[in-house]
This record gives sequence, structure tokens and C-alpha cells, in this order.
Amino acid sequence: MSDLNLTLHVWRQRNAKSPGKMVTYKVTGVSTHASFLEMLDILNEQLTAKGEEPIAFDHDCREGICGMCSLMINGRPHGGQRATTTCQLHMRHFKNGDEIWIEPWRAEAFPVIKDLCVDRTPFDRVIAAGGFITANCGSAPDANDILIPKESADDSMDAAACIACGACVAACPNGSAMLFVAAKLAHLHRLPQGQPERMHRTQAMVTAMDAAGFGNCSNHYECEAACPKDIKRDVMALMNRDYAKAALASRDRETKSDGSG
Amino acid sequence: MLKLDARVPGGPIEQKWANARFEMKLVNPANKRKYKVIVVGSGLAGGAAAATLAELGYDVACFCFQDSPRRAHSIAAQGGINAAKNYQNDGDSVHRLFYDTVKGGDFRAREANVHRLAEVSVDIIDQCAAMGVPFAREYGGTLANRSFGGAQVSRTFYARGQTGQQLLLGVYSALERQIGAGKVTMFSRTEMLDLVVDNGRAVGIVARDLVTGAITSHAAHAVVLATGGYGNVYYLSTNAKGCNVTATYRAYKRGAGFGNPCFTQIHPTCIPVSGDFQSKLTLMSESLRNDGRVWVPKSKTDTAKHPDQIAEDARDYYLERKYPAFGNLSPRDIASRAAKEVCDEGRGVGPGGRGVYLDFRDAIARDTEERIRERYGNLFDMYERITGENPYRLPMRIYPAVHYTMGGLWVDYQLQTTIPGLFCLGEANFSDHGANRLGASALMQGLADGYFIIPYTLGDYLARLAGVNSAIASPTSSAFAASEDLVRARLDRLMNVRGSRSIDSFHKELGHIMWEHCGMARSAESLKTALEAIPKLREEFWRDVTVLGDRDSFNQSLEKAGRVADFLEFAELMCKDALIREESCGGHFRVEHQIDGEAKRDDDRFCHAAVWEYAGEGKEPVRHVEPLAFENVKLATRSYK
Amino acid sequence: MFARDHATARGIRVTEFHMTWLVRYARSSIGAKHIMAVTGLLLFLFAVVHMIGHLQMFGGRDMYNTYAHFLQSLWEVKWPVRAGLLVLLIVHIIVALGLVAKNRAARPERYAKFKPVVSSAAGRTMAFTGLAVFAFIAFHIIHFTVGWVQPEAFHTLDAEKRWDAYSMFVIGFQNPAIYGVYFAGMVLLALHLGHGAASWLQSLGLRHPKYPVDRLGPLIAFGLFVGYMAPPTAVLVGLIRMNGVG
Repeated sequence: MSDLNLTLHVWRQRNAKSPGKMVTYKVTGVSTHASFLEMLDILNEQLTAKGEEPIAFDHDCREGICGMCSLMINGRPHGGQRATTTCQLHMRHFKNGDEIWIEPWRAEAFPVIKDLCVDRTPFDRVIAAGGFITANCGSAPDANDILIPKESADDSMDAAACIACGACVAACPNGSAMLFVAAKLAHLHRLPQGQPERMHRTQAMVTAMDAAGFGNCSNHYECEAACPKDIKRDVMALMNRDYAKAALASRDRETKSDGSG
Repeated sequence: MLKLDARVPGGPIEQKWANARFEMKLVNPANKRKYKVIVVGSGLAGGAAAATLAELGYDVACFCFQDSPRRAHSIAAQGGINAAKNYQNDGDSVHRLFYDTVKGGDFRAREANVHRLAEVSVDIIDQCAAMGVPFAREYGGTLANRSFGGAQVSRTFYARGQTGQQLLLGVYSALERQIGAGKVTMFSRTEMLDLVVDNGRAVGIVARDLVTGAITSHAAHAVVLATGGYGNVYYLSTNAKGCNVTATYRAYKRGAGFGNPCFTQIHPTCIPVSGDFQSKLTLMSESLRNDGRVWVPKSKTDTAKHPDQIAEDARDYYLERKYPAFGNLSPRDIASRAAKEVCDEGRGVGPGGRGVYLDFRDAIARDTEERIRERYGNLFDMYERITGENPYRLPMRIYPAVHYTMGGLWVDYQLQTTIPGLFCLGEANFSDHGANRLGASALMQGLADGYFIIPYTLGDYLARLAGVNSAIASPTSSAFAASEDLVRARLDRLMNVRGSRSIDSFHKELGHIMWEHCGMARSAESLKTALEAIPKLREEFWRDVTVLGDRDSFNQSLEKAGRVADFLEFAELMCKDALIREESCGGHFRVEHQIDGEAKRDDDRFCHAAVWEYAGEGKEPVRHVEPLAFENVKLATRSYK
Repeated sequence: MFARDHATARGIRVTEFHMTWLVRYARSSIGAKHIMAVTGLLLFLFAVVHMIGHLQMFGGRDMYNTYAHFLQSLWEVKWPVRAGLLVLLIVHIIVALGLVAKNRAARPERYAKFKPVVSSAAGRTMAFTGLAVFAFIAFHIIHFTVGWVQPEAFHTLDAEKRWDAYSMFVIGFQNPAIYGVYFAGMVLLALHLGHGAASWLQSLGLRHPKYPVDRLGPLIAFGLFVGYMAPPTAVLVGLIRMNGVG
């Protein structure tokens, strides 16, 4: 296959405080076997050769699992291939001469750090608020003492596959993080181990989510379409139901966990 | 002068860990919060250590260079985690896991450590299940297992093809619980750039805030490094792009002995390289070898043919032919070398002849495509995304790639390095895997170290310190100031070269040297070639590299440059270690030392761990040895035939 | 040392306890979703009942006026229902406006390129269609309940001395301009309900993958549109006349 020459429009922003703008670059000689990030590597090599500062973008594992890569590509998170992260998107899906728009995730809760890198630490704060099972190391019963129907384990795994890339937030017209939060809740709540803290966890994580400045869900399901791990809207229905139960029909926990169980 | 005391406790091997625990001094629960511990790295080992130490009550700070601790590269492990549960009633036991691991490591690991690993393996599964890791289950609700290379029992627990991810998310959630409770202070996007040693003890680190570029000092009573392996010295590997040797290498330069740096693992089933733009290699889980059959054409002339046109009797299922007992599930080092061998004979397939087939035709015919999809669907999808070929129709093309490094900082039985107060866990230490790691054992070791070993051994160290207040240095003390100056000077030096070559071009060239001369097969000649080429490349790097951007702001080029600079020094140490180890064992294959193509160990001369001591800038590092005694597993030639 | 802002999660909890659980629920994102779903559902049910009432136009003057008289005479029910509907509407609108503000704040910067893939235009324009429907309802009340739009047709009496709602209806929709206003109003209502009826089960967490009734949202909305527009259209084309039906 022949190499591609492309026109890229890339968001450049020096740091969180300075304003940014779209800048147009030409990149030449991109193999169709290259991944999208390798295409950016090639561009960065070409920029470096010209003495221009390379474009900053987040990436790490480059095999679709760490969730570090992002990018809004031609208006679609991760480029819009089904169940594919940007690092797994390959250039064979583009044509010679294509124009490509590359932007960072946009959300108030995800401020730009530089160029295409954004700060996703609000996700960590939501997990810290309740996205765990309180089980101090050493206190576990034998693993086979907890019988888990295969269907429950599979359903839980479907939700647990979330990589916290933030595509759901980026795709949502409201910058809502509900798919992310609901996926973690569904992961834990589809298992027996998650039941003891279920009500408190739901409330605590939703409260943290709201405090982080994410928008609300309007049931558009752009998140579901953008999710590189195919997480389904069902998880949000589960969260919505649990939240009603937690807020309206369960006792509030008076003392918060002190972390040592 | 390094003093290597492994501090292996007395008693029979089954009793050693129990004895050690009883002999350990304990820290009063009320005093634990007064002890500050730094954990660098947030993967399975580091994250588990940080969370568990905080649960015990210590004041913990955890550092990672990614934007969140959940991104550590443990997340990419696919296939599973071993544990001697014997849930399958197929003859497994702690002793068998111990035996398999010692033998799999080609008798280059410390017996006592390996036995302890096998012992705690069962607790790991319990702990992970309790924390909500969605392990695969049978219909009745019990845990499912699968087989992995190098073992004849089914002892591998898994969560689809994302076991590492699920285990890491368990660790991460425990860590976040402690962060939320204020017991762990998390420093993400922060990279350790130096270890601070004062009066012979590790007292803290100097780190760079990757967002602001600020250089900061952090003092503690003890420092735990869990910073992963150095596979990226080869540029192309299955490691994440950010994986690096910097933390352990800087510790080495501060006096920590580096154990067996030449022991690297080449994984047999990766997607082959497709061009020089390639930035990383993608692993196809070893679990695929449960159902996939590895083959190449018998004849060179068939290599360009479509695989469907190659008749059954024209195919060479070389693993099944050479190793009938283990077949396609032969250990990684053996399967990798066999692939190299057939490709060297000109029988490789795909671009450049660097590939072999991993074929699911027979498995699909036997079990239906549906069942295969259920087992490996996500891996098949990933293969198709990367190659554009459908593995349900065409056999996968695979080739070995650098995957894991058994070498690392030398640690004693307590996981303490040669610097008191500096501990090293997981892939970063010289490990329990000897010269070759068995599949599904890395996750086991990381979690064993983090969950079940360091909480005991670190407590013992802290309890033996003179006192809570006397032992901690102030981050403003002269040792920290000197370290900070050194770090800044180095960053300035990198920024000020202002040469003409990109950082990646140096890294690629280094990787090429290492892969060609210190890769799957090594010879005295190739290693000497590498030892000549590396210093030249390093010299050119410091003369001609170009690092753009600012020192005091977010600068990915500068991060990369610092890591490559360390690789350029470390590569030399690897080659030196490989040159002196005149034997073949596990992943270290010296072409001069083989019998019928199989590795030939030299137990008389090399039944030891090599431990390198840094001697100063421009000076030859000093090689020490820790002799290894095999009292419970008889030293024997490894055979999988 | 180790000092860094790690206790954000704690900070949240502190403010949390200043509020009572009910206020906290109502102010939460999901609480707001529930309120939108419940008020929307009740308003929707009213719309269905109201539509069934109007379909009695096809039964002729006597049937329709009997129905209208029945409603008017039940003042003990009429006023509480009116008050209830007003409250539902106000709550629905106020919460919606709050959400619009919050959602805009959560996505302050727009993409240079953005390609929505599964969301409907109706879904993305809920705020606009909602406000337009509100304006329409106001017009509708002014027209048929207060009687300012066509005062000449308002509160005339039929043969049995009841208010002649039938004539008011016919005279009203014989005017193409009035018909046009109602047609536009019903299009907006249908768009609004198309998304709304598809949403409430999900918002309340009652959606079940086995019973994907939320997919019926657009169909329900269309049904309502047809049901509402049938009598006025029949008037416009002359099927329903001052002197009878048919």
C-alpha cells in the first residue's frame, strides 16, 4: 500500500492558562500500517527536524488497555471506529490527501494541560469516594467460598472493562461522566462482594461526580457509541435505580470509612 | 564494596517464611502513622504495597508518571495469574508451583524466595476475589482455570483476556480508598529522578512534577521502588511507551546492586513488526497457545504461498515435533528460540520472513468458532484491528518480541536492596523468576510482593530503626540539596545540547543494537560489537540530541530524553553481564553454549546471581556474585520433551 | 511533607452534611433526572387523557359538550388538577433550566468538529422544544380556557344551556391560522415527547433489555400527534362541521 500525505488541524495550547488555537500541519509519508499515534510520532519527528516543539499527547500502552490515549478525531472520540482506542486506530482507515481535525477532550472537569493532554484526575476522585470494596489485605475468605454465577461474573466483567479514557465525557454534549461512574458501580454491584456497601457507594460516587463539575445525563447515549470498551447504557439504568433506593429508601451512613476498615 | 547477604531464614523450605515472620520485629500500631514510606510506581506491586502499608497505618506517598495510578503497565497483562489452589484436582500443590517456577527459571532464582511466592499465591486469589476482581467462573459459581506455558496443571486464574487490568483495578481501588481516607498522598504525573541516600540509608527521592517541571524533594523512613522492567532498552517491546529503567538505574548509581541485567524475556507470540515507523509491539496472550497450533512450511519455497494452499503434510508443527510433552505450551524462552530458528532457516512467513503461523483452524473445527470467540474474542479483535486480517479465517502471524525483564535491583529475602531502607518489588527487582519467567507468574509476583511480603519486611526494617524521629532526614538537608542540584544540572545539560537528531532516532538505534547483538541469541562477538557501538552512540547523543520546549513546564520530549539517556548507559551494563555469563540459561542464550540447539547451562561456573556495583563515572562496574544453592529442587537439565 | 490536596473527597462530604437528605437528593444530578422523568411522565399521562377527551369531537356536539360540562362541573377536582399540573410544569421547567445551565457549564468550549452519531436532533433540542411547548400551552390556555383569542366563540351556550365547547372547537379550527399554530405546537410536543418518552424508563432505572419499550418513544410521540391533530384536521377539511360530524 502506498504512503499517505495528510493535512492535520491540531489544537495547540501552551498550558492550562494560555489560550489555544487550531494549527494546520502537513505530514508526509505515513504508512497505512501505522497506527494513528505513530502518525503523530512521524509528524512530531518532522516538527522536531524543523525546530518546532512536538505536539504533546497522552499515550502509554498503545495496545488499547491503559486508557491514557484520547483525542477527538474528526469530531469523534478515538476516531469513531467501533470499540477502538486511538492507539489501536490504524491509518488504513484514511485516504491519501485526507484532512483530519484533532482536538483534546473538551469538558470543564477535564482542563487542558497542554496541546492535546487533559487532566482526568476527577475520575480518580470519584473512585476514591467509593469505587472500592472495603476488604483489607489479609481478611479474605477462600475465593471459592463466594459462589458467583457465571452470568454475574460475565456481566460484572462487561462493566469492569472500562479503561477510564474519558471518551464518554468527551462525546457527551453535556460533558457528563455517568457512563464511567455507572460502569464502576455496575462492576461492583453485579457481584455479591459489592452488596454490603452498595447504597453508600452509589451515593458517595454520585456526589463526588457532581462535585467534580461533570454535566448531567440527557439520555443521548453518545457515550455508549463512543466507548472503546463497548460499555452499555444498562449500567446507567442500574445506577439511576440504585441512586433512588439509596437516596430515598436507605439509612445514610453516619460515619465515613476511615480507610482502615 | 557491596555486601551481599541474602538473609535467608533457617529451617526447612516450607518453614522459612513462617520462621521469618515470627522473627520480625513489629511496629506498635500507634507508632505506624509516624513512619513515612515512599512508594514509587503504582502497578500491581507498588499500588498493592502503598494501599496495604496505608491499611496498616503507615504514612504513605505514592508516585507514578502516568496521569492516574490505574494506568500502570500491569494493566496490559492479558492471560492470567498462577496460584497453587489445586481447584482442578489435577495434582497441583505449593511444592509443584515452586518446582515449576525454579525449573522454568532454569535454576537461576533463589529457592527460598520462590517457595514463599508459591505459598502466598493462594492468598492472592482470595484477596483479589474479595476485592471484586471478576475472575472467570464456572456455571456453578466456582472459579475457572486455564493452562499456561511451562506447566502441566491448570492453575491460571483469569478475567477474559484482561486479567492484568482487572487485578490492577483491584489494587487501584484499594489505593484510591486510602487516598480518599487521607492515608496515601498520591503524586501522579510525577517522575522520580534520583534516590537520596544519607548516612548509608535511603531517606527519600527527588522527583520532577511533569506538569509544572518543578523539582521536589520527598523524605521518608524508607523508599520502595516498584517501577517495572527495562524492556524498552530494545525500543520495540511489548512494554508501554513510558516504561523505563530510570528509577532503578538511578538507585544503582546510588549504590544499589543490579542483579542479572542480561536476563530478558522474549515472548514468542507477538504481532510481527510491520515497518520502521513502528513504536511498539503488541502481545498476543500466551493463553492462545492452549488452542492455537504453531507452524511454518516445511519447505522454504512454500513461505510465500497462501496458508490454505499448504497441505497438512507440508506443514511443520515444530513445537509439537520437538517438544512432544509440552508441545505448543512450551515455555517462552524455548518457544521463542524455536521460532527464531525456523525463521533463520528461511522458513518464516510474512513480510521479511520474520513470522510463524499460530493457527486456530483445528480448534475452530473441533470446538466451533463460537467457543473460540468466547475464549479469545478480544484478542482476535485486537489482532484484526492491528493487522487488518481476520484470524478466524487466516492463521495469525506471530513473532517473538521483548516482553519482560527478569533482571533488576538485587534484593535479599526481605526484598531490601543493598542500600538499607531501599526496597524493590515486582518486575523491578531481580526477581523470583531466575533466567526465565513462566507465563502468568508476573502478576503473581507483583501482588505477592506488594500485598503479602513488603508489609511484613518493611515493618521489620522500620522497627529496627533507632527511633522514629532520628531516622528521617529533612527534605532540605544537604543530601537532598545535592541531589536536586544534580537532577537540575542533568536536565539543563539535556536541554542545552541543541543538536540535530531526534530523541527517538537515538532510542531506535540503541534498540536495534540491542536486538541484534543482545537479543534472543547472543555471542561473545555480538556482545563485543554492542559494547563498542553503545558508548559511541551515547557520546553522539550528548553531542547531537535535540530536546525542544522548556525545562520548567510540561515537556514530553525532556521526559523521553532523560529516559533514553539512562537506557544508553544501562544497555552497556546489560551487554557486560551477558558477555561474562558464558553459559546459556533461560532467556539468556549464548550461541557458543548449546547442545542440539538447546541451552547448555554451566552450573559449575555460573550457578549464581550476578550483582553489579556502580563504581563511578567512567569506571568499570564491579561484578559480585550471590551463589545459589538448590537443596529442594535438584539441579537438572531442563527438558520439555 | 506529603502535603498535597488529597482530601477533595472529604471536602465533598463536609458540604454534604449541611443539607438534608431530601434537598441533597433533589440537587443531585440523578435526583434531577428522576424529577424530570416523574414530572414528564405525569404531564405525558395528562396529555394522553386530554387527547382522549378531544377525540370525542368525533362523537358529535352532544357527546363533546357532555364531556366538557362534566369536567367543568367537577370543580373540587378541576382546581386541584389544574394546580397540580401547574406545579408539575413549573418544577419540570425550573429543574430543566437548572440542568441546561449545569450542562452548558460542564462543556464550555465547543469542538471545532463534532459529529454526534446516535443522539437525535429532538434529544439535543429538548430545551428549545420544551420552552416552545410551554409557550404553546400558554397560548392554548389563553385561547380555550381564558378566551382572549377568539372571544366571539367563547362561552356560547348549546341547546341544553351548557357552554358550547363543540362550537368553540369548530370555529377555532376552521381558521387556518389557528390550525397552523396548533399544528406547530403539536410538532414541537411530539419532538419533545419523542425523546422524553424514550428517556423516562432509563432515567428511573426501569429500562429492561428484554423489554426495550424505550425504543417506542418516537412511536408514542407520533401516536399522540395523530390523536391530537385528528379532530382539528377533521374540522379543517370539513368532516366535523357546526351542524354535525361526517
